Amino acid sequence: MRARKTNSMGLVLITILAGTSPIAAQESHVGHWTGHGDAGKSLYYRYCWGCHGFRGDGNGENAPYLSVLPRNFVTAAFKCRSTPTGTLPTDEDIFISITRGLNSTNMPSWITLTGQQRADLVAFIKNFSPRWKNEKSGEPIQIPAEPALRLESIRHGKELFTKLECWKCHGPEGRGDGPAAPSLTDSNNQPIHPYDFQSGSRFKCGSTNVDLYKIFMTGLDGTPMPSFADVIKPDDGWDLVHYLRTLQITHRSPELRLWESTPDGAEIVKAAKTSGTPTGSGNYE
Amino acid sequence: MNVVGPGSYRSVKNRISSLAFSLVCAALTLGFLLIDSRSASALPHAAGKIHPIPAFARKYGMPCSSCHEAWPKLSPFGQAFKDNGYQLGNERDAPIYQNPSYWPVTFRITPEWHRESSNRVAVDGVIPGSTIEAQITTHGFDWSGLDFHTAGTLAKNISFYVLPSADSTGAFHFESVWARLDNLLGSSWLNLKFGKFELDNLQSEKRTLTLSSVGGSYQNYHFQPLVTPGAAGNARVSENLYRNGIGDNQVGLEWMGHSKDDRTRVSAALVSSNDGQPNFTANNGAEPFPTGKSYNGFVSASQAFEIGSLGLQRVGAFSYIGQAPTYFQVTSGGTGIAGTGIGNKGFYRAGLIGMWYVKKFDVTTMFFHGWDNAFLGSNTPANVPLPAGARAATWNGGLIEPHYTFSPRLILISRYEPIRMSRQAIATNAASFGNIDAVTVGYRFYPFISSRAGFAFHNEYAILRQRGAAPITGRDLTTSSFLIGFDFAY
Repeated sequence: MRARKTNSMGLVLITILAGTSPIAAQESHVGHWTGHGDAGKSLYYRYCWGCHGFRGDGNGENAPYLSVLPRNFVTAAFKCRSTPTGTLPTDEDIFISITRGLNSTNMPSWITLTGQQRADLVAFIKNFSPRWKNEKSGEPIQIPAEPALRLESIRHGKELFTKLECWKCHGPEGRGDGPAAPSLTDSNNQPIHPYDFQSGSRFKCGSTNVDLYKIFMTGLDGTPMPSFADVIKPDDGWDLVHYLRTLQITHRSPELRLWESTPDGAEIVKAAKTSGTPTGSGNYE
Repeated sequence: MNVVGPGSYRSVKNRISSLAFSLVCAALTLGFLLIDSRSASALPHAAGKIHPIPAFARKYGMPCSSCHEAWPKLSPFGQAFKDNGYQLGNERDAPIYQNPSYWPVTFRITPEWHRESSNRVAVDGVIPGSTIEAQITTHGFDWSGLDFHTAGTLAKNISFYVLPSADSTGAFHFESVWARLDNLLGSSWLNLKFGKFELDNLQSEKRTLTLSSVGGSYQNYHFQPLVTPGAAGNARVSENLYRNGIGDNQVGLEWMGHSKDDRTRVSAALVSSNDGQPNFTANNGAEPFPTGKSYNGFVSASQAFEIGSLGLQRVGAFSYIGQAPTYFQVTSGGTGIAGTGIGNKGFYRAGLIGMWYVKKFDVTTMFFHGWDNAFLGSNTPANVPLPAGARAATWNGGLIEPHYTFSPRLILISRYEPIRMSRQAIATNAASFGNIDAVTVGYRFYPFISSRAGFAFHNEYAILRQRGAAPITGRDLTTSSFLIGFDFAY
């Protein structure tokens, strides 16, 4: 008798879920691939639901155990974008996030999926939020060509780091231990740690200078990291990039080597190396 | 030896067997129809000797279906995870990032009902002292051995795997024991593994979807030519004394490299020629082969590529080359001394493999070629003359294994393996002597998919025919297995 009852419950659940699961009508366009939501649906329910949840709301069965909560596709607020803050990302932005994964989180790289499969997933994910029906993706920001690396650029970037009060969260040495760090929360009201530059060379949204430029020019939506597009001139942005690279003392970048070739730079780097051991534990933003 | 009774008794026994089979099938089917289906129905799409490891799923919070097309068969993502030293590469792989209570252990066991049958087994005849062939069939409730999979990372880029495994009586052995240095010099092309491990087989016997006695291993991986056909009143069929199952875990050192996206994979291993047996100098009193001092090499390479929306295809090649001893050094009393196998003679196995996907349908194809030196092929110690006309044995084999994956919860399985001798070591043997045809069909149904445990309802039938292998008459020997059970890991 009980079995019959639970079977009935199962049928009801199936009906409910079938009614509420997204209609996979969206498409995506990435390079030469056209992603189809229908194809992405089966991929999503094979690979993604455990963290992102059946309804894409970030409430998968493992979400409670993750230090960085999975993306909520219903709100459609994405951290890694090429578009201005508050706007929807491009299909390619989501494609790149799936391909690359998000460093220091449980989101791995899905580069082993075929390009078509990743494009299909992008298409399906867009069905979870009504925003995709009512809004278009933002226009990617314009990124000027990176100028040649000069010492003046690093010094100017250092001034910007102080002037824009980046240190308040990231700390004066970029350890993610600024005075505001302990009180930061994300859009889920979860504590969030500023990025610790000394922990490595990879950021959550990439590892190149262009990726770093995009991070502070678009902001990481859903986190306290704002967009600085309105306060930093495009060319000044590169100066900040060059300086931020010198904070990554465990990564031998050209910027760090140039900075260490100066007496004051060498002294700062030496002090940073001896004043503490990189923890690698605050690598969240 | 067993005594075969009158035909009427066998008839009654077969009827009982059929009745038991029907009852077991009905009971298990009914059980599934009545099962509390909330977990299953809550998932609109998702949700043996084998290595499905929920410990990884628990560690990373990902469902089994991420790494397994249908556990234990790996998906390309799972293969990449394995190749990267059980790491996702997102700076969260080291144990320091896990909750201290996390324990990287998975248990796996399979309670089952199975039926085994062989049509020509040597048994005592009615006349005292005589031996005849008879069909032997047995069946009953049973369980597999118990596997304790412990695996993961000791630190970033240092991975390990230890697998104590018990047979169904509880007798333990170590199926796997290895540590691996991953991504040396920051390169995914430089990974070194040391210990007892599975060779880098694309068609993994440790992740096969089949479990039965006949269907649970690949015939091509273990085939060795028969040497002496059975004949009435005298010798039994025998095969080479040495063992070198490619599917068996081996002891040695492996270098493995792969591209970042795991599309390109290469590996080479140097292993001892004792088929993974530990403590080879003691011989453990169990293995009949002359455990020796020689080494074997295994190399493999594969390349994956995309074909439109069909999926990821992969082609590869492998070869297993080495020497095996043909006899022991002996004591003054003539007793062989374990670990002193000498008279090494050469052999090789080589193959091509393709893994083809057309959306939910996939098929693995394999061509296999084997060669044994005349001494090995004729089972002759190297310190005595070869039998007249003895020569190297060669054979070819094939494998076709189609699957249809309805969803991560249901997969249909089939397999056909033919093996054909192309040259007998003993020229007087029939050309088809020892040829094999093996067929396996089955399915696995996973009522739920989660990141905590795996459970499968497994049903399989496998049949194998080997030409001329009957122990006394030299006729064809046919064995079959039927298995129905619950396969679970947690």
